Amino acid sequence: MAKTFLMGNEAIALGAIHAGVQLVSGYPGTPSTEVLETVAKENPGHIHVEWSVNEKAALEVAAGASYAGARVMVTMKQVGLNVASDPLMSLVYVGIEGGMVLVVADDPGPISSQTEQDTRHFARFAKLPVFDPSSPEEAYAMVREAFEVSEKYHTPVILRPTTRVCHGCATLETQPALPARPVPGFGKDSSRWVIFPRLSNANHKKIEAYLPQLGKEFCESPFNRLSGFGRRGIAAGGIAYEYLMEALGENTDVRVLKIGTPHPFPASLAVEFMTGLDEVLVLEELDGVIERELTVLCGRYHLRTKILGKASGHAPCAGELSVEIARELAEAFLTGSEAAVPLPNPPPLPVRPPVLCAGCPHRASFYAVKKAMEGKKAVFSGDIGCYTLGNAQPLDMTDTCLCMGAGVTIAQGLQAVEPDAVHFAFIGDSTFFASGITGVVNAVYNQHDMVLVVLDNSTTAMTGHQPHPGTGRSAMGEIAGRIDIEKVLEALGVCSIQTVDPLDHKLAVEAVRFAAGIPGVRVIVFRSPCVAIAHPNIPFRVNERCVGCQKCIRELGCPALVLQDGKAAIEPSLCAGCGLCARICPAHAIGGVEA
Amino acid sequence: MIRNCLLCGVGGQGTVLASKLISAAAMQRGDDVRTAETIGMAQRGGCVVSHVRIGRDIHSPMIPLGQAQIILAFEPAEAARCLPYLVPGGTVVVNRKAVQPVTATLSGKPYDAQAVLDYLAAQVENLVVLDGDAVCAQCGSPRVLNVALLGAAAQSGALGLTCEELSAAIMQRVKPQFHSLNLQALALGAQAAEKELSHEDEAGTV
Repeated sequence: MAKTFLMGNEAIALGAIHAGVQLVSGYPGTPSTEVLETVAKENPGHIHVEWSVNEKAALEVAAGASYAGARVMVTMKQVGLNVASDPLMSLVYVGIEGGMVLVVADDPGPISSQTEQDTRHFARFAKLPVFDPSSPEEAYAMVREAFEVSEKYHTPVILRPTTRVCHGCATLETQPALPARPVPGFGKDSSRWVIFPRLSNANHKKIEAYLPQLGKEFCESPFNRLSGFGRRGIAAGGIAYEYLMEALGENTDVRVLKIGTPHPFPASLAVEFMTGLDEVLVLEELDGVIERELTVLCGRYHLRTKILGKASGHAPCAGELSVEIARELAEAFLTGSEAAVPLPNPPPLPVRPPVLCAGCPHRASFYAVKKAMEGKKAVFSGDIGCYTLGNAQPLDMTDTCLCMGAGVTIAQGLQAVEPDAVHFAFIGDSTFFASGITGVVNAVYNQHDMVLVVLDNSTTAMTGHQPHPGTGRSAMGEIAGRIDIEKVLEALGVCSIQTVDPLDHKLAVEAVRFAAGIPGVRVIVFRSPCVAIAHPNIPFRVNERCVGCQKCIRELGCPALVLQDGKAAIEPSLCAGCGLCARICPAHAIGGVEA
Repeated sequence: MIRNCLLCGVGGQGTVLASKLISAAAMQRGDDVRTAETIGMAQRGGCVVSHVRIGRDIHSPMIPLGQAQIILAFEPAEAARCLPYLVPGGTVVVNRKAVQPVTATLSGKPYDAQAVLDYLAAQVENLVVLDGDAVCAQCGSPRVLNVALLGAAAQSGALGLTCEELSAAIMQRVKPQFHSLNLQALALGAQAAEKELSHEDEAGTV
């Protein structure tokens, strides 16, 4: 087949299309998002593709389709698997009919996540097979194999790429697509599809029987393999394997074990690898999963091989690996380290924490709340999305952030024990639908006293502008059912709802003052489209009336506002013309181009 | 032979499109390409780096330190930050203009961009400093810095791709209404680099 240049996530999507996937559901989350987007883009027409409201919903939708015999794929990031874990744990016991592949992207670093959790552990905990690709090419090949394994053992299978595989691009050859197969239809059988303790007990025994069998099969898999010679060995999985091979170059004086299926572990292959080796170094990102498996095998088979890795302090316990780290660790392990000659230190370089974009309506929303609550005791619970960046100076408007939807409920707990402060919860529109509504129900039912601020920019911005139930568009770009946020809130029985354009600063501040002054569950919906998708206005300019007070710079923290010779200036390549700085300038020195 | 090209800048400057154009041009010539991108939170004004590796049997998507033949820096401080990736004797094409982070503006202590450019001049054998603002002004768009840098990089010879090959990639990957704008930026970037490189030669022969 033709060679194409594909991002890892695109390769996974094409792998699924070519394997005959019939339904793909998911929830956006870096670094997994492009998988579903690519299926939507390359959809030959017969695949049902949807952004579900959250990961739990996505998995359950896919489970239903799989029950009827369709091949299905579900996409999410690692923390999304926490949300989907309730249906997943039970689904493993019930089993599936049509092949089911869960793409769960891990994020070593972390680069864009709350945790460095390792989905390979989750696979072991849930008793699921997991494939761990080291490159886009391998990810493509693994998808098809994962469907085969899934259908052979009637179990969901996890494909766990990491950020560098997801967002790496490579030239790869694709396979011909499998012919489309009809969906057999749901076969009613309550002894199979209705989970009861007796069924769970029986199926638990079946699972424990097939996992070791699958582990044996994995010893023959091309994704697990041995190479090299010598009395020392290095075991690696995922992207760490590619770093190791790059670092070793032509050196074959070391035995290498590549692990592409960390669970069930290819035990006999690993024992073959370790036999005769004095020491083994394990290179893997996130947790020491391979390291622990090898250590257990040494105990079980009375091998004298010493296993070095994270537990022994030989490899870093957190953060990403790299070719350099792999080289340093491998050289220290094989020969003794040699240090490179360092460059002289550069002059002081600026740190660049990510910030809200110039013109972002969230900045205006946070600023309005800040101004309205000046001098008053208030706590600001934040949530997951671009608006988490409201924590940065000078806004400093995010006091807590835990996980999707948690801000709404954390505010309630804070209020219960600290009633003398006004408790705000900020939540984005997509997060509101994903897991915010339950929190509002809790607040109304338990008569909490709080202000909910819905930051509605009409998209899922942080992950690259996916639609959600409030947008009225589907993942396929078609007209979809649209859920009205205000109507939902009204139905839930909140005591006041105000919808305001946050860029209208004066009105926005008034709305916050009103909400802060009354009891009950009050809501402000700040609605203004994400600046990255809205048509930008003409950049504003600072005129000669600027007195250099720097209020705009000090209070807004907009990246387009810079200091030039003691006065404010606006960088035209960044300014989106939101006009917030013009509204707050005490000298009226900022205006449109003609100003 | 493996050709490694590192692109670095600040989120929002257009590094990802530049890396895609390099990849497309190399692929059209029949080369294999492996890349790594920064996608996610850092795209909101943080440091972003794209690794582009052209050639066969490449394992790591990230360029190992000291192995990039060329660095395309959209911003001086990011060039200095990524300098450890440059091979000894390698080329750096850097945009002159500093992007001050909000934290620096707030503290009233913008970083010293001239000191960073001086550092680059002292450390880099083949340095091309591009006045990206001038090219953007000539083109009438602030969004063509990425393609102007590509033009300068092609002109330096260290990218291993010609302006013609990059033009073809632009025609293939960019929306038709932006073709002429980007081709103009590519040519202007190349011209600016040509001038700077010929100055260097003169200085070298004196």
